[in-house]
Amino acid sequence: MKMMKLAVGIAATLSVAAPALAQDLHFPMLNYRTGPYAPGGIPFADGYQDYLTLLNERDGGIGGVPIRLSECETAYNTERGVECYEGIRDDSPLVIQPLSTGITYQLIPRVTEDGIPMHTMGYGRTSAVIGDSFPWVFNYPANYWDGASVAINHLLEQNDGSLEGKKIVLVYHNSAYGREPIRTLETLAERYGFEFNPLAVDHPGQEQGSQWLQIRRERPDYVIMYGWGVMNAVAIQEAANIRFPMENFIGIWWSGSENDVLPVGDGADGYTALTFHGVGTDYPVYDEIQQYVVDAGMAAGNGDQIGSAVYSRGLYAAMLASEAARTAQEIHGVAEITPAMMRDGMEALSLTEERLTELGLPGFSAPFNVSCENHGGSGAAMLQQWDADTGTWSLITDWIDADRELVTELAAEDAAAYAAENGIESHCDM
Amino acid sequence: MLYREAGDFKSTYPSDNQTFPIRFDRYAYWALIGFAFLVVPFLLTDYWANSIVIPLLIYVIAALGLNILIGYCGQLSLGTGAFMAVGAYATFKLTTAFPWMPIYIVFILAGLVTAAVGVLFGLPSLKIKGFYLAVATLAAQFFLIWLFTRVGWFFNDSATGMISMPERTVFGVLVTGPAASAMAVYMTCLVFVVGMAWLARNLTRGTVGRTWMSIRDMDIAAEIIGVNPLIAKLTAFAVSSFFVGVAGALLFGVYLGAAEAGEAFGINKSFLVLFMVIIGGLGSILGSFLGAAFLIVLPVLLKVFLVDALGWPADLARHLEVMIIGALIVLVLIVEPHGMAALWRTAKEKLRLWPFPH
Amino acid sequence: MSDTVLFAFEAAINGLTVGIMYSLVALGFVLIFKASGIFNFAQGVMALFAALTLVGLQEGAIPFAHLINATFGTSIHHFGFNIPTLIAIPLTIAVMVGFAWLVERIVLKHLVNQEPIILFMATIGLAYFLEGLGDIMWGAEVKRLDVGLPQGGNIWFEENTQWLGFGNENFYGFYIDTLNLYALVIAAILVTALVIFSQYTKQGRALRAVADDHQAALSVGISLRFIWVLTWSIAGIVALVAGIMWGSKSGVQFSLSLIALKALPVLILGGFTSIPGAIVGGLLIGVGEKLFDFFMQPIIGGATENWFAYMLALAFLLFRPQGLFGEKIIERV
Repeated sequence: MKMMKLAVGIAATLSVAAPALAQDLHFPMLNYRTGPYAPGGIPFADGYQDYLTLLNERDGGIGGVPIRLSECETAYNTERGVECYEGIRDDSPLVIQPLSTGITYQLIPRVTEDGIPMHTMGYGRTSAVIGDSFPWVFNYPANYWDGASVAINHLLEQNDGSLEGKKIVLVYHNSAYGREPIRTLETLAERYGFEFNPLAVDHPGQEQGSQWLQIRRERPDYVIMYGWGVMNAVAIQEAANIRFPMENFIGIWWSGSENDVLPVGDGADGYTALTFHGVGTDYPVYDEIQQYVVDAGMAAGNGDQIGSAVYSRGLYAAMLASEAARTAQEIHGVAEITPAMMRDGMEALSLTEERLTELGLPGFSAPFNVSCENHGGSGAAMLQQWDADTGTWSLITDWIDADRELVTELAAEDAAAYAAENGIESHCDM
Repeated sequence: MLYREAGDFKSTYPSDNQTFPIRFDRYAYWALIGFAFLVVPFLLTDYWANSIVIPLLIYVIAALGLNILIGYCGQLSLGTGAFMAVGAYATFKLTTAFPWMPIYIVFILAGLVTAAVGVLFGLPSLKIKGFYLAVATLAAQFFLIWLFTRVGWFFNDSATGMISMPERTVFGVLVTGPAASAMAVYMTCLVFVVGMAWLARNLTRGTVGRTWMSIRDMDIAAEIIGVNPLIAKLTAFAVSSFFVGVAGALLFGVYLGAAEAGEAFGINKSFLVLFMVIIGGLGSILGSFLGAAFLIVLPVLLKVFLVDALGWPADLARHLEVMIIGALIVLVLIVEPHGMAALWRTAKEKLRLWPFPH
Repeated sequence: MSDTVLFAFEAAINGLTVGIMYSLVALGFVLIFKASGIFNFAQGVMALFAALTLVGLQEGAIPFAHLINATFGTSIHHFGFNIPTLIAIPLTIAVMVGFAWLVERIVLKHLVNQEPIILFMATIGLAYFLEGLGDIMWGAEVKRLDVGLPQGGNIWFEENTQWLGFGNENFYGFYIDTLNLYALVIAAILVTALVIFSQYTKQGRALRAVADDHQAALSVGISLRFIWVLTWSIAGIVALVAGIMWGSKSGVQFSLSLIALKALPVLILGGFTSIPGAIVGGLLIGVGEKLFDFFMQPIIGGATENWFAYMLALAFLLFRPQGLFGEKIIERV
């Protein structure tokens, strides 16, 4: 019996599974539940999966067509990511969410070639906001440059509109991702007259003594962090060690999860981070997840991530994907949509306050519209603050808008270069 | 049974010294080459090409390079990832600075640039030996990666520090970029693999290879009988880095298409290639092929088997996969410390004598 | 005093204390290399595994919970009780000793007399295995490790060094991380204990005999296999200490295994075979990388620590190819 199962398994291994007929909507997941960044990948994957399971259980899918989820483990490794993509490519995946800036860059030319939409939410290539140059790539609702701009706008507000003479330090992960905000912040520093100093931390970032000694010496007014993985926790620990005021320490959304503050304990109290979605479980949708998913024993992973910051992000990504699919079904009048129809749906996506309430997520996201020119949504974000006593994040601001003019201006240059290099013709009717 | 050697006599020295002295091996070799060039390209699907065959071919080149250094010259190096990065960044700089340059020339030049860098970082090997040298080569690994992420010139000051490969053609066929067909990419890699393997085989059995091996077996003794350790070690570093550089150039140019130094060429790459060399067999050309095949094909097969066939959760399967690979490495070393090539050698001896046991 | 001198001095002090943290990791490598000539790459993963086990025991987590749940469709995670740290630490040590015994049984026994590089590769295989095992046993999430070690800038030290600035307004006392001070004390205890053990106990002397000459030791009746289990157990304990110190800082997660990479330059600088070498090497690397970063950061940018440590070690090696305290390499034809 065991041998039989083994033999069947091996046979199946050798014959790569034939694509199923499109009687379902295929949402692939390129997750990383292992490797150095697993703590960030697990909650996102859980949130994404749970929301789509909820749709299946409660509504029987989207527009009556069941959702099929497939999971592929990338371990945050580019080559594995490519392997995953090749494995699902012919299986009409509706939207690819690579969850890694490195894999995103690998896949941009490939999805453009293959005609499969890709959504990089809050990461990836920033210039993909220019939809005209990146027809298949979407990065709504906010990107790294939006994040930098929102942080500065928040600080402007705090300082009555002037940052003249202030000192702001950026602590960043020394990689493509971490370097993203530097150009934006330099431009903003010129405009608002604050002093800007970027400090790099090398992967993995377990030892940041010299960076934080320097911060202690220079006594900047604010520290912004673009970190990832173990670097976040260590930075927050070091900031607590030098008694840097936590409320003046702002992390990007990838530096704002429970994993980053919990290891630090009480020292992390008051740490703030950006977020482009609501936090906590005070949304009606969580009751339904409890009812249809958790109680039915279908929760993803260990089921212990529900309500965490990155879980919410995964849920948000799933919600945006399903909304786009619904929009696509409306536009084309077909229930079983193809990746190309999905793209149209994503480009016509419009998220309103009413719709959010209907979905059981009132105020969870800033309302935004996607258009052919603008694949980047609104760019707005809020600030969340960590309360070490209760162990929860709470939102401390309303939506803060990003300086979209600046972001678009900076992005246009890169996007134009990309379009010229790859011979992409303008497809939007201007 | 397979080997029928009766009547296979050698009457000249060259024929006795040829790479495949047994007639059956020779036929098998030509059949394999024919199969690789004439049959595989037409059977290749995109999935097989991109997830197994092309990375396999590229890593074979890297493993050949590292095997020359470790297996033939006895110099332990953990800087392979960084040397691959040198090849990749050289390719990027050359293609963007000289758009007219044919792409295969670019790949070879990238290899030569890497060879120069390799010689530079090989200099300490004259003084430092064994594990001390291995750790010292990590200096190259970390320094070069830092340089490539730090200095804007290397990535043409792009906002993110990513490098991406423009489209290039060979004889009018697109070989780089996403639009390149699997067949074209496969053929490019295959030509390089066959050429490099041929080069490696002939270098290692000639004078150069013999001086390398004498240094490996005992460097003081070699020095006494008149081998110049400076030349021997540095040529090994140069040739090895050339191979590794070409592998890096191909990895970036035809396979990945976009890369970032720290992520694509980190220390994990160095270890991966080292694994291939040791599992495959030190000092064996065949070993480089077997080792690369083992470490590229096995994870994919394990993944497909555990996840798609047995339906395990992807993360559990991945953890298990890491455990299995670790255990298999230990197992191979216990069963045959000289690698899979040695296993094959033993098997071949048995086959040649079959049906007699001794 | 001028800013530069003061701040350079501060960077150096911090380098010293961080260096001790590196030494803690390097010690484990030295122990095993000395006793068996094996360059044990799994030391970093052992630190991770030990720390994971400690946290798992403290929290009363069920080992292999995820695997069990996935196989049997159950949903179990915790035993429902917590084990106090003082009991959890000996239990973890027991696990590490068990691991050492298994390694000897399954791996080392079969690899006696192999070339060093083969043994090195075997430990990398072991590292992979242990990495997967740790994740399957205890899960890949970040875990908070709290054994009651205080953290944060030392205020007493800060206030009592303020006068050194002689009225300099930019200076407000030297900063020093309390955790690193504890590391200093722990490292001192650890090294003393190791020295006493190897000088004054029977097993310790046997260990040194094996380190000197395998065959001679074997011929006077010392069990090589016992000694190996012993060294791997001690290395396991050292790994636990390193895991606790680094894990308190960043939480216990996969990246903890990467601290091995910070220990390697320490190791080659001090010499593979010397315990004092590991300590001195750690101090030199710590001070060197912090000072280099301090002076060069404005010129060539930061994040130089990773490679500079290796470059520094390399520079030392060019003059002493066996490391500062390593045994002289004698070559005969």
